[in-house]
Amino acid sequence: MTTPVAEPVLLNTWSETARYSRWRLRRWPISSIVILSVLIVSAVFAPLIAPHDAKLGDLGDRHIPPMLFGGTSDHILGTDSLGRDIFSRIVHGARISVVVTVVALGVGGIIGTLLGVVSGYAGGWVDEVIMRIVDIKFAVPLILIALALAVVLGPSLGLLLGLLVFLVWGHFARQVRAEVLVIVTMDYVAAARSCGASPIRIMYRHILPGVISIVAVVGTLQVGAVVLAEASLSFLGAGVPPPTPAWGSMVAEGRLYIATAWWVSLIPGVVIGLLVIAVTLLGDWLRDRLDPRLRQIQG
Amino acid sequence: MRFLARRVIASIVTLLVVTMLVFGLSRIQGDPRALLISEDATQKQWDALGQELGLDQPVYKQYLLYVTNLVKGDMGDSTLQRKPVAEILWSRIPNTAMLAAAAFAFAILIGVPLGVLSAVKRGGFWDHGVRSFAVLGQAMPVFWVSLLLIYIFAVGLNWLPASRNTGWTSLILPAVALGWFGASGQVRILRSSMLDALDSEYVRLARGKGVSARAVIWKHAFRNALLGPITFAALTLASLITGSIVVETVFSWPGLGLLAVQAVSNSDYPILQGVILLTTFVFVFVNLLVDVLYMAIDPRIRIR
Repeated sequence: MTTPVAEPVLLNTWSETARYSRWRLRRWPISSIVILSVLIVSAVFAPLIAPHDAKLGDLGDRHIPPMLFGGTSDHILGTDSLGRDIFSRIVHGARISVVVTVVALGVGGIIGTLLGVVSGYAGGWVDEVIMRIVDIKFAVPLILIALALAVVLGPSLGLLLGLLVFLVWGHFARQVRAEVLVIVTMDYVAAARSCGASPIRIMYRHILPGVISIVAVVGTLQVGAVVLAEASLSFLGAGVPPPTPAWGSMVAEGRLYIATAWWVSLIPGVVIGLLVIAVTLLGDWLRDRLDPRLRQIQG
Repeated sequence: MRFLARRVIASIVTLLVVTMLVFGLSRIQGDPRALLISEDATQKQWDALGQELGLDQPVYKQYLLYVTNLVKGDMGDSTLQRKPVAEILWSRIPNTAMLAAAAFAFAILIGVPLGVLSAVKRGGFWDHGVRSFAVLGQAMPVFWVSLLLIYIFAVGLNWLPASRNTGWTSLILPAVALGWFGASGQVRILRSSMLDALDSEYVRLARGKGVSARAVIWKHAFRNALLGPITFAALTLASLITGSIVVETVFSWPGLGLLAVQAVSNSDYPILQGVILLTTFVFVFVNLLVDVLYMAIDPRIRIR
C-alpha cells in the first residue's frame, strides 16, 4: 500500500482502513480456534466423551426433548426417533467430518497443487490441457454424479472421499497456477535456471515454497465447502451408510419429525453451521494475514 | 471471435466427457438387458434384444450409437415407468424452472441492495449486520435452512404450505431456502467489487466535481462494479440447479431434483442419467452465455 500523499481529502478513509485492519490482524480469531479445537478433541476422544452409544438406542426413550426444552440431563440434546442420544451422535459424527475433511483436502490439495505448479511452470500445451480439464471439472454437477455413483456402486466412505477429493482439487490447481505465473517471472527463478537447475528442482525448490501460503488459504476456505458437500451427500443418502452417525444424515433422518421433534434435525444442522462459520472466519483471517492481495479468493 | 470459438469447442468437449462418464457408469452397472427382460426369457430372446440394443457391437460403436440417439433426443426408457425419459423430464422442467427463477429473483433482490448498502456504509452498523447475514447464509446447509423455514412458517405459524405444489404460496418457502445461499454470496462479491469501484479514480473525480452521492453510487460505481457479480449470478444460477435437488427433496417439490432422488431410491438409472445430462447442458450453456455477456460488457476480453 503506497502512502497517499497526494490525496489529502481521502487520506482519512485510507488511514482508518489501515488502522482497522491492523487491529483486526493482531487479534487471533479466538472463537474459531475454540470451536475447531472442541471439534477435533471430540473427534479424537469420541468414545470417552459420548455418554451413550451412538448407534444403539432405547426405543422407549424416543424423541426426548433437549435439556433446556423439558428434557433431562441424561440426554442433554435429546434423543432421536430410535431413542439414540443426539449429543453422543454429534460427538461421533465429528469423526466423520474431521476424517473426510482432512483426507479430501490433503489428497485434493496435493493433486491440485502439483498440477497447478506444473501447469503454470510448463505453460504451452501442458498448461492448456490441464486448465481445460479443470474447466470440465467445474462444469460437472458433482451432486448428481455422486447420486449416480451411489446407485451403481452403493454408498461407502471410500466413494464419499473420492467425490470430495474431486470437488476440491480444481480450486487448488487454478489458484496455484495463477500464483506460479507470477513467481516464474522472478529473478531468482531465472537465476536458478541459468545455473543449470533442472525443471523439477526449480519447481520443487524455488516455486513450491512460494505457493505454500496460497495453498493454506485455499485449503482453509475450502473446508467449509467440503463440510457442506459432505453434509448434502449424507443428507441425500450418498454419504457414509447408516447407522454410522454423520451430521448430514442426522438432519435427513429427523426431517420427517420436524413438526413434533424439531431438535432431531435442527441441532445437527446448527453444529454444521458453527463449524463452517469457524473455518470461514479463520480462512478470511489467514488470507488477510498471509497476503492481502488474495482478497479476491472467495470460499 | 477466436475467443468465442474456443469457448464453444471447450463446451462441446465438456458435454462429451460427461456423456462418456454417464455411459461408462451405465455399463459398470451391468447388462442393461437384465432390467428390461423377464427372468424366464430364452437365450434366443436375450440375444435378439442384445442385437436390437446394439450390445453385440464393440463398445465405441455402442457409445457412438448412444450419442447419436441423445442428439436425436432419445434418452432411452425409464426402467420403472416404462416411458421415454425425455417425456418424463419434459413434464418436470417447468416446476424446477419456476423454482430456480423465483430463487434467483430472491437472491438478486436481496443480495444486490444489501451488497451496495454494505459497501456504502462500510465499517458501520449496517455493514456489520449485512456481513454477518452473509457469513451465516453461506455457512448453513441448504437443507437445514429449508427445515428451519418449514418449522417456523409451516409448523409454527402455519402461514405457508410445507410441501408439494399446491398453488403459488407453496413456491415461497422453497424459493427462499434455495435463494438464501445465492443472496449471501452475492452480498459478499458485490460488497468487495463496490468497495474497489468506490475507491477508484473516476469515482473520486465524480465526487470532486460535485456529482450527487446517489448518482456517484449508482451511475459511476455500481455499473463498473457489475462484472464480478454477473459471473457470480451465473454461478448462482448453476448452484441453484444443484441446490434444487436438496430443496425439492425437503419440500417434495415435483421437479427434476426430486425426480433424480427418487430415481436413486428406485435404481432407475436411465432417469438419473437424463437429469445429469440435462443439468450439465444447462450449466455449460449458462457459462457460455456469461462469456458472451462478458464480451459485450468488457471489450478488453475480446482481444484474448
